[in-house]
Amino acid sequence: MRIYVPRDAAAKAVGAEAVAAAVSAEAATRGLPVELVRNGSRGMVWLEPLLEVETPEGRIAFGPVTPADVPALFDAGFGAHPKALGLTAEIPFLKKQTRLTFARVGVIDPLSLPEYEAHGGLAGLRKALTLSPEAIVEEVTASGLRGRGGAGFPTGIKWKTVLGAEAAQKYVVCNADEGDSGTFADRMLMEGDPFTLIEGMAIAALAVGATRGFIYSRSEYPDANAVMGQAITIARAAGMLGPDVLGSGRAFELELRIGAGAYVCGEETALLNSLEGKRGVVRAKPPIPALQGLFGQPTVVNNVLSLAAVPAILAEGGAAYAAHGIGRSRGTIPLQIAGNVRFGGLFETGFGITLGEIVNDIAGGTASGRPVKAVQVGGPLGAYHPQADFALPFSYEDFAGSGGLVGHAGLVVHDDSVDMLRMARFALEFCAIESCGKCTPCRIGAVRGVEVVDRIAAGDAAAIPLLTDLCQTMKLGSLCALGGFTPYPVLSALTHFPDDFATLKEAAE
Amino acid sequence: MLPILHAVQAEYGHVPAEALPQIAEALNISRAEAQGVMSFYHDFRDHPAGRHVLKICRAEACQAMGSEALAAAAKARLGVDWHGTTPNGALTLEPVFCLGLCACAPAAMLDGQVIGRVDAARLDEIATEAGA
Ligand SMILES: Cc1cc2nc3c(=O)[nH]c(=O)nc-3n(C[C@H](O)[C@H](O)[C@H](O)COP(=O)(O)O)c2cc1C
Ligand code: SF4
Ligand code: FES
Ligand code: FES
Repeated sequence: MRIYVPRDAAAKAVGAEAVAAAVSAEAATRGLPVELVRNGSRGMVWLEPLLEVETPEGRIAFGPVTPADVPALFDAGFGAHPKALGLTAEIPFLKKQTRLTFARVGVIDPLSLPEYEAHGGLAGLRKALTLSPEAIVEEVTASGLRGRGGAGFPTGIKWKTVLGAEAAQKYVVCNADEGDSGTFADRMLMEGDPFTLIEGMAIAALAVGATRGFIYSRSEYPDANAVMGQAITIARAAGMLGPDVLGSGRAFELELRIGAGAYVCGEETALLNSLEGKRGVVRAKPPIPALQGLFGQPTVVNNVLSLAAVPAILAEGGAAYAAHGIGRSRGTIPLQIAGNVRFGGLFETGFGITLGEIVNDIAGGTASGRPVKAVQVGGPLGAYHPQADFALPFSYEDFAGSGGLVGHAGLVVHDDSVDMLRMARFALEFCAIESCGKCTPCRIGAVRGVEVVDRIAAGDAAAIPLLTDLCQTMKLGSLCALGGFTPYPVLSALTHFPDDFATLKEAAE
Repeated sequence: MLPILHAVQAEYGHVPAEALPQIAEALNISRAEAQGVMSFYHDFRDHPAGRHVLKICRAEACQAMGSEALAAAAKARLGVDWHGTTPNGALTLEPVFCLGLCACAPAAMLDGQVIGRVDAARLDEIATEAGA
């Protein structure tokens, strides 16, 4: 019998280790031959720990399982049980998705290369090895893939620039510094299907002529880092990495590096400085990293999700990927639904689903049962959207047009108990703490902003225009999006929820 | 430089002042540069922490699920503020901005072990287990 209990950090955080131990112990007591697979998460976090059993009809699920449930599950022969959810694939949250990047996450043993291949892994890399670098870049360009790290820059164009640059050494750097609140797709991918990221990076290396790569992950992700490190070792031993990738004669060496708790190191040039062993200070652009990146050499810097989308694009063709989505937002986006929601987790779908569908239909509204007040989309630099924005289709253009951003596609839902003045204050405080210190509007402006919000909270109406002026200065005078976009959450809070900034607030309370 | 600092901190629980000149020399950079790099990153401590380190997430998704009250409860239970260590040296309390556990918020991490949906009762268990 094959039983699956996830090793994903979110599953562990709610007790998966104890459930796995209980399964092993129970199987031993009963003398049953059980093969326990520690898979990634299916992304239905409210059902974790989700236990699955292989049956002739497909995998069936139980969740959320506690260690105390395990003996009864064995007694019932993994049949009727209050925690039974039926066939995993038929659970509506999963069934409604279009899983391209996350097709294998939660399905396979993340560290089994044979299983990876049996589920379509390596097809993209094998295809790429038959193509010229230009043809690989062309396929990625045709897919319409845009950077999933936040800026949404077309991946094919970035690769073309690096391919065209002359240099003895080029690099592929994966940005796995996933610092945005409400996001965890990079983590889930690294924990649930790390070979996909390795394969995507190897394809990027072939496309641009790079022979070395780095994954820059974060110290807040010890579980992901452990799996990723093991996967690199396995891939190297199997010849997927190293001097002779899959016997092609092409070299690609890959290393995992871990950050040290600085949000700004997710910004690509700060990340490169950090990789070089320096302070994670943002560099002025130009020069762009594609031309002068790591150690001054042409470098592809891409988010985990951008790189992990590539194997499927090569295997199935750019057109198949581009068939999903709307407008200039092509393909699928792994939404991360978090905060105060009933059904939180990862939902991969084509661009175009509306914000309201995501929050009401997919996430099932708030966990608290109270009305939704605001949804922050795109991390700590993203705008707070009121219910009035629920008709917005999820796409780069639609969110930019509404004074917000898609970012890394995290959505954080707040119920009506949230005080938006406090959230605005937090955005500025976060910016002050995480500023790299290079430009004054960000470094000093954020600190001043916190003071100004405190004045508003104390009832000083005259401080409101000061806050908007300050945000304007930060927007225009900041070198990177930390200082430049912090005004989004602040101003959206002020614009959509003026009552929370009402001047007589303190007096009235 | 980061891999070295991580290794030193993993070994000693902090980066001792004596270590920096050695690191600087090994990397052929000035002491001031080494100091500058170390101080830039929130992870590195220049003084020892408690035997255990509890990080509580302060970011938005956790706030939406009551992390501010949780943090306040933790501070009261332990009798320390952020970055403080309990008088018996058992536990240091640190803030963290997102552990990627935003769909099972509020989240915390005890010595690298992830914990989701933390409430006051769970917090008390954690503190007791850690000897605080
Ligand atoms: C303050 C700040 C933090 C960022 N954090 C991340 C991050 O954690 N992960 C990421 O991929 N991109 C992040 N970015 C965006 C990167 O600078 C860059 O655009 C991205 O890595 C490029 O890859 P992509 O084209 O695949 O998105 C951040 C940007 C800023 C300004
Ligand atoms: S905006 Fe802030 S984080 Fe970005 S470069 Fe300027 S000081 Fe650094
Ligand atoms: S590095 Fe943050 S202000 Fe100097
Ligand atoms: S916001 Fe707390 S874990 Fe992500």
